[in-house]
Amino acid sequence: MNTTVLKTEGLVKRFGGIAATQNVSLNVQQGARHALIGPNGAGKTTLINLLTGVLEPSAGRILLDGDDITTLAPHQRVRRGMVRTFQINQLFNSLTPQETLAMVVAQHLGLGGRWWQPLGRQPAVNERCDQLLEQFHLGDVRHVRTEHLAYGKRRLLEIAIALACEPRVLLLDEPVAGVPAGEREELLRTVAALPADVSVLLIEHDMDLVFEFARFITVLVNGAVLVEGTPEAIANDPQVKAVYLGHGEAIHG
Amino acid sequence: MTASNPLAAQARWRPWEPVLWLAALATPWLFKEHALIINEVAIVALFAVSLDLILGYTGIVSLGHAAFLGFGAYSAALFAKHVMPDPLVGLLVGTVAGTLLGALFSLTILRGTDLTRIMVTLGLTLILFELANKLDWLTGGADGLQGVTIGPLLGRFEFDLYGQVAAWYSLVVLLLCFVLARRLVHSPFGATLKAVRDNRLRAMAIGIPVLSRLSVVYTLAAGMAGAAGALLAQTTGFASLDVFSIERSADVVMMLVIGGVGWLYGGVAGAVVFKLLHDVVAGITPQYWNFWVGLFLVVLVLVGRERLLKPWTWFSRKGAA
Repeated sequence: MNTTVLKTEGLVKRFGGIAATQNVSLNVQQGARHALIGPNGAGKTTLINLLTGVLEPSAGRILLDGDDITTLAPHQRVRRGMVRTFQINQLFNSLTPQETLAMVVAQHLGLGGRWWQPLGRQPAVNERCDQLLEQFHLGDVRHVRTEHLAYGKRRLLEIAIALACEPRVLLLDEPVAGVPAGEREELLRTVAALPADVSVLLIEHDMDLVFEFARFITVLVNGAVLVEGTPEAIANDPQVKAVYLGHGEAIHG
Repeated sequence: MTASNPLAAQARWRPWEPVLWLAALATPWLFKEHALIINEVAIVALFAVSLDLILGYTGIVSLGHAAFLGFGAYSAALFAKHVMPDPLVGLLVGTVAGTLLGALFSLTILRGTDLTRIMVTLGLTLILFELANKLDWLTGGADGLQGVTIGPLLGRFEFDLYGQVAAWYSLVVLLLCFVLARRLVHSPFGATLKAVRDNRLRAMAIGIPVLSRLSVVYTLAAGMAGAAGALLAQTTGFASLDVFSIERSADVVMMLVIGGVGWLYGGVAGAVVFKLLHDVVAGITPQYWNFWVGLFLVVLVLVGRERLLKPWTWFSRKGAA
């Protein structure tokens, strides 16, 4: 049952003399709830950029479903199911949630180049769009321009856009960052309810969320994998305590 | 079933739209003595609509859109002079010429910032201007390409001195291109263009091939500008260097700003207002009309179109408005 969907082999990224990613080999299983944690500057963002194709690795390979995607352009990786969300919302401000999601779904269904038919005239697009609007509690604001949405709603739209791309692997970059307490619950419930067959790689600072959500954790320090394991193993790992969790205690102590 | 979907409803023609177009098509008949200016307005409106596709809908800033207008104009004029005088074939030639040039030039706008694009589009237009100036054996140089005779439209309708046939011809071409552009911006393709305009990073992250979208829409807009150029050369029987001038490129940006970007009727409205303003003000002070146009533009941009069109909000408090 444990099939690897996403695999990196000896991934290295050097910026001049600095190695932001050092020999990282990850295995993300199908349906995984996999968290990537690490102190600031551990190289989490660089790793995401390597996975999504924004940066090109200095060495190493990235495999999605066994296919080498190391040299594919970002949009081609998306088509193969590697989709991310952003820590800082990256939305389409002048479009409404409905327009946004219909556009993303149409693009995903291969209709993005179609110019002779109005958007919203394809039943498959409308159906999926309505489903996403409901799933992400955006139904009541479907006709509000994105720039006028409340922050929590925008955060939901951020994730809904990614899900509209039907990801095989979903990279969630700090999904609850900056979300006010009142809107947090709704977002957490939505994250917990993500489809079971989608592999989720969660990048997060909030340890409560990590230990609640993840079934497997990779700890990244100075661009390299320090240790991997189940949440229990990580919580009790002396190395992690010393470098990461212990660090906090030392500061507070 | 689809009627209830507001996305599809957005694309439907409003009742006032056919009325507006019918009225526009009636103008050369109603105002026979102004047919020449009606023709000119229709041509610059087409030019403005084509710019709106790239500027308003895709967010590509250009200060060199005249390159395609000029190239289409000279191509159509040369074709009429040396090959055959049929206007429709000439229109096709001008459109194809603009399209090909657009495909070539689109390579220069894919990367870089707005400033890079302004400079690159401006630079390419300057190059074309000087080429047209220098290659006088072909283009007539600074004197312009003269002696262009255009045959009757559809083999039946001679271009008359009043410019009525010309005005109808340009209006019909404008309408056809407008319908095409309207389809395009309401389609999934159009939606992905707006996505690229709003957030290029995210557009890429949801699988939109951004560079291909940019070059396709740029090429298409160039073809439409080429058609406008062809109309200009055919209806005036003349192609001169001014079609490549910076003023042409700047004027069309002004028209879009006046009428509103990212809204196809904005280009049309802007062209009408700009040309009428030109005509009226130039009638009063022929030498200083730029002063008034400049003043109008500054007031429009600083005050905002909405507010300017609603005088009753001028003295109300901001909070109330």
